[in-house]
Amino acid sequence: MISLNNVHKSYVTGSNSLHVLKGIDLEINTGEFVSIMGSSGSGKSTLLNILGILDNYDEGSYYLNGSLVKDMSEKKAAKLRNELVGFVFQSFNLISFKNALENVALPLYYQGVSRKKRNKIAEEYLDKVGLLDWATHLPSEMSGGQKQRVAIARSLISQPKIIFADEPTGALDTSTSYEVMDILKEINNDGITVILVTHEHDIASMTQKIVRLKDGHIDEIIKNGELKNFQHQYAKELETA
Amino acid sequence: MFDLDLWKEILSALKKNRMRSFMTAFGVFWGIFMLIIMSGAGRALENGVMDGIKAFASNSAFFWTERTSKPYKGFQRGRRWNYKNTDIEYIKANISDIEYLSPRLFGPSSGGGDNVIRGKKTGAFNIYGDYPEFFKIDPWTPLQGRLINTIDIQHSRKVVNIGERVVEVMFDTDEDPIGEYLKINGVYFQVVGVVKGETRVNIGGGRKNETIIMPFTTMQKTFNMGDDVHFFSVTSQPGIPVSKVEARLMELLKERHSVAPDDQQAVGSFNIEVEWKKYMGLFTGIQLLTWIVGIGTLLAGVIGVSNIMLVIIKERTQEIGIQRAIGATPGKVILHIVAESVFLTVIAGYIGLALGVGLLELLNMVLEMNAGSGDDIFFRHPEISFKMAVGALSVLVVSGIFAGLIPARRAVSIKPIDALRDE
Repeated sequence: MISLNNVHKSYVTGSNSLHVLKGIDLEINTGEFVSIMGSSGSGKSTLLNILGILDNYDEGSYYLNGSLVKDMSEKKAAKLRNELVGFVFQSFNLISFKNALENVALPLYYQGVSRKKRNKIAEEYLDKVGLLDWATHLPSEMSGGQKQRVAIARSLISQPKIIFADEPTGALDTSTSYEVMDILKEINNDGITVILVTHEHDIASMTQKIVRLKDGHIDEIIKNGELKNFQHQYAKELETA
Repeated sequence: MFDLDLWKEILSALKKNRMRSFMTAFGVFWGIFMLIIMSGAGRALENGVMDGIKAFASNSAFFWTERTSKPYKGFQRGRRWNYKNTDIEYIKANISDIEYLSPRLFGPSSGGGDNVIRGKKTGAFNIYGDYPEFFKIDPWTPLQGRLINTIDIQHSRKVVNIGERVVEVMFDTDEDPIGEYLKINGVYFQVVGVVKGETRVNIGGGRKNETIIMPFTTMQKTFNMGDDVHFFSVTSQPGIPVSKVEARLMELLKERHSVAPDDQQAVGSFNIEVEWKKYMGLFTGIQLLTWIVGIGTLLAGVIGVSNIMLVIIKERTQEIGIQRAIGATPGKVILHIVAESVFLTVIAGYIGLALGVGLLELLNMVLEMNAGSGDDIFFRHPEISFKMAVGALSVLVVSGIFAGLIPARRAVSIKPIDALRDE
């Protein structure tokens, strides 16, 4: 599904060049539930943006669903994003003047689905995240957890193969975070690959595979079986902190 | 193809941002509103003035005599002279370019004290002796009765046409002036018509409604004017400039009356064609000015729209970023912004157009109501042509596209991730 080979990325600001990703090799298979962890500035969000074709990279190669993603025209990238991937953001990124239903239905609008049909589908997905009663509410009238659930419904409506979530629980309290994670787990159970970025260990520990980034390199990859170890290590980190 | 969804998207985006939409639209509204008002006012001035002169023969010239300024053929300078009856036939026979030739006599003591008496009523009016041809040059309409005609000339009938003011002064309100008699300089004349000038152009001075016209021959005989002619009005044949006739006629008159050919003073003349051209030039200038200022105002409005759209795009960078993250193609984003801009400009422009025309219509109503008979207004029928309205609207559509295109291109030039990060 996803194959990264020696991917480099630098940000250039004026004369300074910040080398963020220093050769990332990563394989993610269909149906995996992956979290990317790392301290601030380790490049985890940059990696996710490259994976989601929201940003480009400088070196190496990235194959998404078997096709090379490099120097793509914006039109093609938009099409790929629309059909293949869904996004969930830390700040929800709902369109403020559209109600929940309209927000959820928006990706289908860009696919050219008729209004009636896409609203019907949007209702289904809102129902899935338990917010059908809130269909006509504006984002400003909803809680953070509700907004994130709307955003998840929106990311799902185009029936993507992969969901990218950038700190989906970053702006939420613990219990709401767990609710959101439960939804993401359900999505994963339906066979959709879910990749999320987080710096919270308890959130990461709910995934099957943890990719730890450090200074632009992959530090370690923790598989499901080793999660106990991870939790142990996590406890230790807490002690030292 | 009509994309209902696109329009619904645009409408909801505009509706959700009322203030912004309104401010954007106002610039364009104002531009087109001003263009319409100014153009209408310019046209109204033209209409007002042209109404007063348009019926007047624009290819006419007028001749009178002054004292000579040069000695010639044994005559001293400073000689007074007059045209003669024989000139009439001679001119007609010798200048074929003349269409109408109308000699005129000025009645005794016009401009002096009271010269008209009826019972106890008296009045001072301008009295002219004219040929019916005069009505072809400066048209008059009979309100009652008839105009002076050729038979009146042939028989030297003592009949007169009188203006409305004459009726007011010399008759009681319930009297019918037709068939009644007026004593003009001691001689009785029968009123055969009440007449009204179609133009405000006045040849010979005085107010037009204070005019009394009698047959030329009648005046000549009744008031012992011999074979004198005071004044000639001529028009040229269609297609021939009257200035050509003017020069030829002047030359001929000087020759017949022993006036030095290079005497610039002896023959007074006035050429309407020249004045007409001046007026035309003036109005063309006004229209041109209107357009320049109007287009300028409109342009300012359009630049305003473009400016506001740019700000809006900045404001909406994140929204556009979200749209692109969930699959909006750059083409779709551009189409969206341009359509929004065009929609705004056209709606605003249309409202400006409608309100402008409405205001002109209202102004017209008020003007006409106050004007009554419409004699003395120099400002009437403010209006704009359909062509101009359509032209202004198409300028709006084109400018709407441009106003949207620049910010739209900017919007898609930002990488989606940068747009998303923009807080």
